[in-house]
Amino acid sequence: MALIDLANPTRFLSLARPTLPWLAGLTAAVFAVGLVLTHGAPDDYQQGATVKIMFIHVPSAWLGMFGWTLMSAAALGTLVWRHPLADVAAKAAAPIGAAFTFLCLVTGSLWGRPMWGTYWVWDARLTSVLLLFLMYLGVIALWRTVEDPSRAARAAAILTLVGAINLPIIKWSVDWWNTLHQPASVVKLGGPAIHPTILLPLMVMALAFTLLFLTLHLAAMRNEILRRRVRTLMLMQAQAAPGSGS
Amino acid sequence: MNLFSSLGPHAAFIVAAYAVAALTVAGLIGWIWIDHRAQKRRLALLEMGGVTRRSDRAAGRPA
Amino acid sequence: MSPLLNPLLALFLRDVRLAIRVGGGGGIGVLFFLIVTVLMPFAIGPDLALLGRIGPAILWLGALLASLLTLDRLFAADHEDGSLDLISMSETPLELAIATKAAAHWLTTGLPLVIATPFLGLFMNLDGTASAAVALTLLAGTPALTFVGLIGAALSVALRRGGLLLAVLVLPLTVPVLIFGVAASNAAIVGPVPFGTPFTILCALTLVSLVVGIFAAAAALRQGME
Repeated sequence: MALIDLANPTRFLSLARPTLPWLAGLTAAVFAVGLVLTHGAPDDYQQGATVKIMFIHVPSAWLGMFGWTLMSAAALGTLVWRHPLADVAAKAAAPIGAAFTFLCLVTGSLWGRPMWGTYWVWDARLTSVLLLFLMYLGVIALWRTVEDPSRAARAAAILTLVGAINLPIIKWSVDWWNTLHQPASVVKLGGPAIHPTILLPLMVMALAFTLLFLTLHLAAMRNEILRRRVRTLMLMQAQAAPGSGS
Repeated sequence: MNLFSSLGPHAAFIVAAYAVAALTVAGLIGWIWIDHRAQKRRLALLEMGGVTRRSDRAAGRPA
Repeated sequence: MSPLLNPLLALFLRDVRLAIRVGGGGGIGVLFFLIVTVLMPFAIGPDLALLGRIGPAILWLGALLASLLTLDRLFAADHEDGSLDLISMSETPLELAIATKAAAHWLTTGLPLVIATPFLGLFMNLDGTASAAVALTLLAGTPALTFVGLIGAALSVALRRGGLLLAVLVLPLTVPVLIFGVAASNAAIVGPVPFGTPFTILCALTLVSLVVGIFAAAAALRQGME
């Protein structure tokens, strides 16, 4: 019953309206705590203060992957249950996931400059994130070029699922390729053991970023539902217009 | 600046990373907000023009 | 001949004949491959030692682009003349029909690329072993490219769009094939890893893409024809 209620776009809208301000407020609060903890976190003995970049770099990487996972779940909803709300969820998640993946790349390269002495190295992790970013851009391009939303949704769903199967393979291939071409002289980001004084701010920031993603996703889904309403109404208006032959 | 000097020799990179993060998030929020306003406005314009959805009419709600 | 194989054989022969007679497929693919390979020394310079070192990579990139670009119209042409509807409405499972079309396509475009490779290897200053290694990896790897490209070809029917968008969507998916194809070629030429390791992974990737590509393409076609 509850699931069916949620699945109705109108119900979804009336549920999203009161939820959004609370979610946004919670996000801001957790962000405030996270930023204070980040400011107080000690420097790494090897990387100095640049370790602070990790507090935005790692959560962005996590959300880049989370976004694709969300899109894959929505893609199943599109293909199996033919649910319009799943289409909406998949479309709304793509630009947000792409933005966080972009953030992961930029912060990674800003972290790399002082650590590696260059903005970009073909490090295995950075390279797989770059490929993830390119795939996000492809899906966004697909959504933008196809006019009929349900046709675009089904094509994007298939592509998302193929991507979900392929991403682990790509990640693993890139790891293999990287170890083949680069000896283990590169300083690994993060490192094996993370001290609790750094782990706690990292977890709080990851939570804050996740809440931010969910807030933005909910708002973007609401926009998308409204956009589809506008489209339906405009199609109806065009049909009802005199001289349209109906 | 106190914050800047406490960040060590690579302060510029750290500040730049946080600035890019803030800009990206602000861009996302701004885009979603502007999009929301635009869709609301178009919907209101259409409904003023007397176009309503079937489900609205069936529910007996005024446009 | 069993009732299942007969229509598939007919479809296979039809596609092969179309590709050979119309001449849009294999010949142009090889020509494209030749031109891409010939362009490279103009960009890199005629340094034979350098070309010998990066030759396998150049040949692989050329074959990758050639085999993906020829796939563009695989289903779109059938969609336009209505034969795709007949194929999908017949009792033969759509997946098998797609696999048959892929096999015909690979035979007419993928295999010519493999055969052309030793000759293009001469331009890249590759010796006999190196050329053979590249040709062998392409023989194992081009089917994977065909199967991954199938997804793009099927999506172009579903989206009624082709060209650059599909290349953008499909090319990132070919990264693993490219990595292991070039790695296996280089392993045979300079080492240090034994040829077998990347080559068996390349074969595994081909098998995975066989399954994923065919089922995804069938799903895309079913969605697109509604």
